Order: sequence, then structure tokens, then C-alpha cells
Amino acid sequence: MPTIRPLALGLGLAVAVVSAPPLHAQDAMPNPAVKARQSLMTLFAFNLGTLGAMAQGNMEYDATAAGAAANNLMALSHLDLAALWPEGTDADSIDGTRALPDLWANFPDVTTKIAALQTATTAMADAAGTDLAGLQGAMGPLGAACGACHQAYRASE
Amino acid sequence: MRRWFVRLLILAVIVIALGLWITRPRSDGAEALAGLTGDVTRGEAVFTAAGCASCHMAEGASDEARLVLTGGQRFASPFGTFTAPNISQDPDQGIGTWSAPDLWNALHHGTSPQGRHYYPAFPYASYIRMEPQQVADLHAYLATLPADPTPSQPHDVPFPFNIRTALGGWKLLFLRDGWVMQGDLNEAEQRGRVLVEALGHCAECHSPRNALGGLKTGADWLSGAPNPAGRGSFPDLTPPEMSWSEAELVEYFTSGFTPEFDMAGGHMSHVVQNLAQLPESDRAAIAAYLKRLPLGQ
Repeated sequence: MPTIRPLALGLGLAVAVVSAPPLHAQDAMPNPAVKARQSLMTLFAFNLGTLGAMAQGNMEYDATAAGAAANNLMALSHLDLAALWPEGTDADSIDGTRALPDLWANFPDVTTKIAALQTATTAMADAAGTDLAGLQGAMGPLGAACGACHQAYRASE
Repeated sequence: MRRWFVRLLILAVIVIALGLWITRPRSDGAEALAGLTGDVTRGEAVFTAAGCASCHMAEGASDEARLVLTGGQRFASPFGTFTAPNISQDPDQGIGTWSAPDLWNALHHGTSPQGRHYYPAFPYASYIRMEPQQVADLHAYLATLPADPTPSQPHDVPFPFNIRTALGGWKLLFLRDGWVMQGDLNEAEQRGRVLVEALGHCAECHSPRNALGGLKTGADWLSGAPNPAGRGSFPDLTPPEMSWSEAELVEYFTSGFTPEFDMAGGHMSHVVQNLAQLPESDRAAIAAYLKRLPLGQ
């Protein structure tokens, strides 16, 4: 039976300890891709907030502000940001995300849903600067487009 | 000595028989719905508020396909994984042959037409509060939906939870038909109570459960709970965690947008889809009910 030399054993252990990632590494330093996509969602929410407040009558309708917010949403939905969802950044693999593994298993469906979002933001960009009724009418389909992805690919809190 | 043993044996048999009798699957005869005629339009509203399609449609179904109640969605829990059965109008694989009293016994007693206990993954602990008229209406509406021949899949529930007889004990402990929220409620709050505690079965996800899976009431009622499927949790609906105004709640139930313009996700997006089809007064009633939380104050 071969004996393990104490020195080799000690060296092996030292390497193992040094190379092991610190516990909760993600808490201290969020995955940059996760951080970026959550920031993208914040940008969506902020611009939606302007349109939603007008649609709900909590803010006076302002064609310029509504048009700007709607154009932002349209621009955001057309960015090529596939790199924000790299493999291995689902909720089963890392902390700090609610993205379900199903998202990575269904890319064709995700692409279809993104196209639906682009259609909805384009309709909003056409309507928001025209009048309040148009803005309100475009709000439903836009919400549905957001919800379609969250329903399928985001975990409960 | 032998006489004592015989007496003990007789006593044991009596206790077991009594236990089985007490926990037997209950059912009512046709008189439970006597004189009631189902209305399809009202039944559709019951169907929508009770969210039947959300669990009994095929996985990922949308639009008209949501009304094909083929079953097959799986629901993981600490007790095993339950698979929603086919409740379409197919006479063999679905519930096409069910009478209105059969539906009543399923919803009110958790008992099948064959006299078996259903697992409470089917939320009869909430549906028990439905009125006979609501059940008659729902039965009339279900009869208008399509038949689908897909066979129901078995549940994947390990020992000891696969012993259905034991569910009689569960019912004895936890099945209650009274309202959880008591006290003076105005008309909207009472309507909200019907929608939250009976049809919408909100507590089934949003209330914590005890070790045996019974819903906790009192101050725990609707105070949030871990997701039994293991990922994340269902939000606390009591203050201070739930700080949305009634108008914000109604907006969420209508469009799915939170006050921060986040969007309902997961199973709640199905709920919003259902609530959005109800009259605005119903969504306002749910908000009014939620604003009376927490209980036990």
C-alpha cells in the first residue's frame, strides 16, 4: 500500500483551500451579466412607470414625455443583449437571480417572445405621443408581452 | 388472562372501526343541490374566479386551449408530486358523466364519485366554502367545455402519503367550512372574502402550513409561505410587508403591473389573467378584503 507523504498531503490541502471559492461569492460580487440584465429591467420599469402613471391617471398626460419614454422602451427592446444571459447564470446555478433554467432550454420560444415585445413597444412608440387613449390602448399588449416571459421563465420571489 | 386479551382485541377492533368510520370519505346525496338550476354565464365567472383552468389545462396552454382541461401539469410538494387530472367532458378520461352533486362532493368534501379521498393539492379546503348555487352554476358551465381523451396521470406520492385512507384524518383535523375572516364586513369585503377564501383559494399558496400541511390561520393567515416546489416563496399579503394601496392592488389584478412596474410572474401571472376577466368590482373587493388583514387584532 503506497504511503502519502505528509508534505504532498499538506501541499494538496493548501492548493485545495486556496483554489476553493469563498462562500457566497455571488453576494459580495454579483455576476456582471446578472447585474446588467437586472439593470435592463430597471430601465424598462422606469420608462413603463411614466407611461403607466399617465395611463392610470396618476400623472397628467404629456405627449413629449410619453413619446420619449415609449421610444426608450422601443430602443431597449431592440438591443442585442443575448450576452446578458450566458449559460450557467440560472437560478439553479447561482444566487441572486430568478431566471429559470427553462429559459436556456427554450431559446426559440424566448426569441419569439422578444419579437412580441418589440411589436408591443413599437405600437406604444406609435401611440404614446399621439393621445392618452392611444397610450392606454397600447399598455395592455405591452404588459402582456412583459408577462409572457415572466410567466414562463422567472421564478416566484 | 386470555379473557383480557380477547377483550383488548375486541376494543382494538372497535377503535379501528370507529376511526375508519369517523374518517370515511363524506358525501352528500342529490338533496345537497335540490331545486337548483345551473346558469352557464354565472358558472363561467365561478370557473374564472376559481382558476380551474390554470391548473387543469395542459402545461403551457394559452388562449382557447386553456379551456381544454386535459390535466397533466405537475405540482411538487414536500409530500410528493401531484399531477392535475383530466377534468374535461370526456366520459371516460374526464368528468363528462359527473352529476352536479358529484361535483359538489368533490369540491365540498374532497370525495370522488367512487367514494375515495382526494389529495388536498386539489384545494377543496378552500372550495368547501362555495355555495351550492355556485357549484350548480359551475357544473352547467363545465358541460359547455370540450372533451379530451388524454388519460389522467398518476400522482408520484411515496409512502406513507400514498395511503389515501389517512386523508380522512387530515380532513378531520383541517377541513373547515366556516369563514376565516370574522367580524363586521361591508358588502365589498364580504364579496372579497368569497373570492379570496373560497373561489380564489389564495391561502393555498400565500398562507404558511403546519407540519401536516394544514393551513395556519389567525395572524399567520395570508402572511406568505415558502414555495412547496422548493424555489422561492409566495409573498406576505399582510402589512407592513404588503404596503400597496387598494388602487395599486386593483391595477396589479388587472394588468399585472406592480407599483414599481415590475410584472407578475410564475403562477401569479395565471391568477392575474383570471382576475382580469372578472368585473372591476370583484378586483376591488379582493383589495378591500386584503386591507382588513392581518387577522386576530
